[in-house]
Amino acid sequence: MASITFEGVAHSYERHPRDERDFALKTLDASFENGGAYALLGPSGCGKTTLLNIISGLLRPTRGRVLYDDRDVTALPPARRNIAQVFQFPVIYDTMTVEQNLAFPLRNRGLAAAAIARRVAEVAEMLELEGVLRQRAAGLTADQKQKVSLGRGLVRVDVAAILLDEPLTVIDPQLKWLLRRKLKEVHARYGHTFVYVTHDQNEALTFADRVVVMYDGRIVQVGSPQDLFERPLHRFVGYFIGSPGMNFLPCHLAGNGLGIDGTEVVLGGAWFAEAASHPSARLELGIRPEHLEVLAGPEPGSVEARLLRVEDLGNYKLVSAMLGPHRLFAKVPEGREIGGETVNLRFPPTRTRLYADDRLLV
Amino acid sequence: MKTGIVRFALATYLVMLMLPVYWMVNMSLRDNADILSTFVLFPENLTFDNYIKIFTDPSWYSGYINSMIYVTMNMVISVSVALPAAYAFSRYRFIGDKHVFFWLLTNRMAPPAVFALPFFQLYQTMGLIDTHIAVALAHTLFNVPLAVWVLEGFMSAIPREIDETAYLDGYSFPRFFFRIFMPLIKTGIGVTAFFTFMFSWVELLMARTLTTTEAKPIAAVMTRTVSATGLDWGLLAAAGVLTIVPGALVIYFVRNYMAKGFALGRV
Amino acid sequence: MDKPTNNGAWLLVVPVVLLVAFNAVMPLMAVVNYSVQDIFGPGQAYWVGTEWYREVLGDTRLHEALLRQFLFSGLVLLIEIPLGVLIALAMPRRGWAVSLVLVILALPLLIPWNVIGTIWIIFTRPDIGLLGYSLNSLGIPFDHTASPLDAWITLMLMEVWHWTPLVVLLAYAGLKAIPEAFYQAAAIDGASAWKVFRYIQLPKMRGVLTIAVLLRFMDSFLIYAEPFVLTGGGPGNATTFPSIYLVKVALGQFDLGPAGAFSVIYFLIVLLFSWLFYQVLQNVGRGKAR
Repeated sequence: MASITFEGVAHSYERHPRDERDFALKTLDASFENGGAYALLGPSGCGKTTLLNIISGLLRPTRGRVLYDDRDVTALPPARRNIAQVFQFPVIYDTMTVEQNLAFPLRNRGLAAAAIARRVAEVAEMLELEGVLRQRAAGLTADQKQKVSLGRGLVRVDVAAILLDEPLTVIDPQLKWLLRRKLKEVHARYGHTFVYVTHDQNEALTFADRVVVMYDGRIVQVGSPQDLFERPLHRFVGYFIGSPGMNFLPCHLAGNGLGIDGTEVVLGGAWFAEAASHPSARLELGIRPEHLEVLAGPEPGSVEARLLRVEDLGNYKLVSAMLGPHRLFAKVPEGREIGGETVNLRFPPTRTRLYADDRLLV
Repeated sequence: MKTGIVRFALATYLVMLMLPVYWMVNMSLRDNADILSTFVLFPENLTFDNYIKIFTDPSWYSGYINSMIYVTMNMVISVSVALPAAYAFSRYRFIGDKHVFFWLLTNRMAPPAVFALPFFQLYQTMGLIDTHIAVALAHTLFNVPLAVWVLEGFMSAIPREIDETAYLDGYSFPRFFFRIFMPLIKTGIGVTAFFTFMFSWVELLMARTLTTTEAKPIAAVMTRTVSATGLDWGLLAAAGVLTIVPGALVIYFVRNYMAKGFALGRV
Repeated sequence: MDKPTNNGAWLLVVPVVLLVAFNAVMPLMAVVNYSVQDIFGPGQAYWVGTEWYREVLGDTRLHEALLRQFLFSGLVLLIEIPLGVLIALAMPRRGWAVSLVLVILALPLLIPWNVIGTIWIIFTRPDIGLLGYSLNSLGIPFDHTASPLDAWITLMLMEVWHWTPLVVLLAYAGLKAIPEAFYQAAAIDGASAWKVFRYIQLPKMRGVLTIAVLLRFMDSFLIYAEPFVLTGGGPGNATTFPSIYLVKVALGQFDLGPAGAFSVIYFLIVLLFSWLFYQVLQNVGRGKAR
C-alpha cells in the first residue's frame, strides 16, 4: 500500500516538444492517498492513460517526479514498483491454467511453493475463481479472464497500487456491474490504492470515492462524486458529468444583474457582485437539469421559455425549452403534467453556478 | 551488451543475404565476356549496356509492364475476395467450414507441370489466352488460399468483443469492417499483400503457358537470354536486378502496415 | 471462445470458392483423366485403369527421388523455421531500421526462381563466383557439379538463403501483432526473456508458424526450378527430386498417362503430410480443454 504523489509531472510523446500543444500531459501536481479508490475520468485523448502509465512506470515522464510514499520512483521500471495493472482486454497467459497464471508472479520472485499455493487459493476464493483453477486460461469467458488478470496483480502481498485501464471494455454489459461490484469488494477487503481509468462517468461515479476529472492533458477537478455534481469547478466537469450535462447560458453584466445573451432576461442575485469583479471575462451561468425549477405558473424571479418537448423517460420526464436562442433541459418527476406553449423556469441561487472563462466563480 | 550481440548477428545475416544479390549487381554491370573471364570484387570495366538494352528493347521492357499489370490485378482480386471469406472463417461456424478451409490450401499441393496443358485448354475455351486477366485469374488458384489463411490467422487474434461493441454502438457491418476492423489487422494485410505480389510475380509456368506475345511476363522473356553463344549472364543479371525493384517498392510501401503492430485503444 | 453458427456466412465465402474452384476443378479432372488412359496422340486414347498407378508406384527411381525429397524437406523445415523465428526476434521493432531490414529480407524472395539457380551457379564457381573463389583460396575443394555432397550443400545454402525470409516475415508479422500490453504485464510480473518467449511470443505465433511450416513443406516438396537450373538433377541422380523426374517423364517422353498418375500420387503425398502437420500444429500445447 502506498500513497502516490506527482510533482511537476508533464509528458510529451514528441522527442523535442516545443510548446504546450506537444504535451499530452501538461504540468500537474497531484496526490493519491494511500488506500483510496480513485477514478481518472475524461474523454478520449485527455491524458488519463498517459497518467496511468506514468504511475505504473511504463512511461517515464518528460518532466517531474513520481513518489511512492516518500520514495522517488521516477526512474524505476514497472517490475520494481510493486504495482499491478489490469488492461482493457484480458492479458493472461493462454497456455497456462488459471492456477499457473495466478502463481506466475510469485514463482518469478522465488517464493516457496507452499506460500504460493496458499496465496493463490486466497485470491481465487476472493475472485470466485476456485472452480476454474485447473482450467486452461484460454477457454475462459472474458469476465473470468479479467478476473485472472486482476488476480495476478492481487497475489503479490506487497502490491502498492492497483491500476485499471478501462477494464470493463470487453465485458458483456450484463456482467459489467457484477465485475464492478467485485472490484469494490476487493478494495474494501484489501485496502490497496486503486486508480481506475475510464471515459464512462457511470463507472467512475459508482466505483470511486474520489474522481479525478481530466481534460486536454490537465486535471480539472478532484473530488467526490457529490462534489463534482454539486460544484463543478470547471465548465467541462459540469458538461461531462450528468446525463444530460449542465445547461450553460452565456451572459453579460447588465445594470444590476446578469443579462442572458440574446434575450431580454436579466437575473438579479449574488452572482452580480462576483461577476462585476471580472469585467472582461466570458461569463456563463450553469445549472443542472436536476436543479432547474419548472414552475406551474409565473412567479417572482421566474422566466418564461418556449416549450419544445417533454420526453417521458420512465422515472422522470425531460423537458426541453428555448430561452431565446438557448436550449435548456430540465428534469421533473414523472407525475408532473407539463403542457402548453411556454414554461416558467426559475434558477435557484444556491444551485446556479457562475463561470468566468470556464472556471467557477460562485 | 546482449542487444549488441543480437544486432551484430542480425547484421551479419543481412550482409550474407545481400552477397548473392550483390554478385548479381556486379554481373549486371559487366559484359558477358568480362564475367566469364575474370574474377573481380568490384567491376573494373563498368558498363550499363545490359540495362540500356533492357530499357530500349520493347520486348524486354514490355515483359516488365506485363508482369506488373497482371500481378497488380491479381493482388487486388486476391486480397478483396479473401478479406470477407477470412472474416467468415474467423468469426462463424457454418456447414463444411473446416473442410473448405483446408481444401483451399490443397490447391497449392499439386505439382504444376502436368496441369499446364489442361490450364491452357481451359483458358483457351474462355478465349482468354494471351491476356493479362488470364494470368491474374490463374494465379488466384494459389494466392487466394494463401491470403485467406494468413488473414484468418490475424483476424482470429482480434477479440470478438470488439465486433460486438461496435454493433452495440450502432455501426453497420461495412462501416465497422473498414473503419475499425481493417486497421486492427494492418499487419496481416501488409503481409498478405506482399506475399500475393511475390508469388504471382515469380510464377513462371502458368504465366508462360497462358501468354504468347501481348501479355508475356518478364520471367518468360528472361529465358530468351540463352542464345547460340550460350547464356548471356550480364543481361540476365541486369534483368534479375530489375525484377527486384517493383517487389522492393511493394514491401517498402507496406512496411508501415507490417511494422505498426497492434494498438487497441489509446489514451 | 465459441463461434456462433451462421450459415449465412457462406455468402462471404462464395466468391473465394467460385474463383478457386474455377481454376481447380477442370484441370484436376483432366489430369485424373490422363492418369487412367494411354495417350498416343490427339484422339487416340485408351482406357488402362490403374496400370499407370501400378507402374509409377513400382518405379524404384521414383522411390529414391521421394526419399531424397523427404530428406530435403525435412532439412528445410529443421533449418528455416527456427532460424526464421530467431531472426524475427532479433529484428528491430521501431524506427528507420525496420524499413531497411524489411526490404533487404524481401530481396531473395523477389527474384524469379530460374534466375536464382543461375546466380548460384556463378556464385559457387571457383573461377568467377564470390563463394567459390573464396573457398578455393582457402584451399577447400568445392565443386557442386562433381560431388553429390557439394551439390547438396549448395542446394541447401541456396534454399535457405532464398526462403528463410518468408518465415522471418511471417514470424515478424506475428510478433508485431502481439499487443504491447502483454509485454508490459510480463514486465510487471517479473518474467525473464525466455519466459516471455515461451509463454507469450511462441503461443501467439502459432497461427503464423502453422502457415510457415505448411507453406515451406509444400513448396519445398514440390520444388523444381531452382535445383533444376543449379544442378539439372545431378551429379548423376544426386539431386533428382520427384518433380524433376516428373518433368522428364511428362515432357521428355511426352507420356501424359504416367505423368498424370504420378501427379495424382504426388499430390496425395503432399496432402497427407500437410494434413498431418496441420493437425499436430493445431493441437500442440492445447492439452486437455476441460
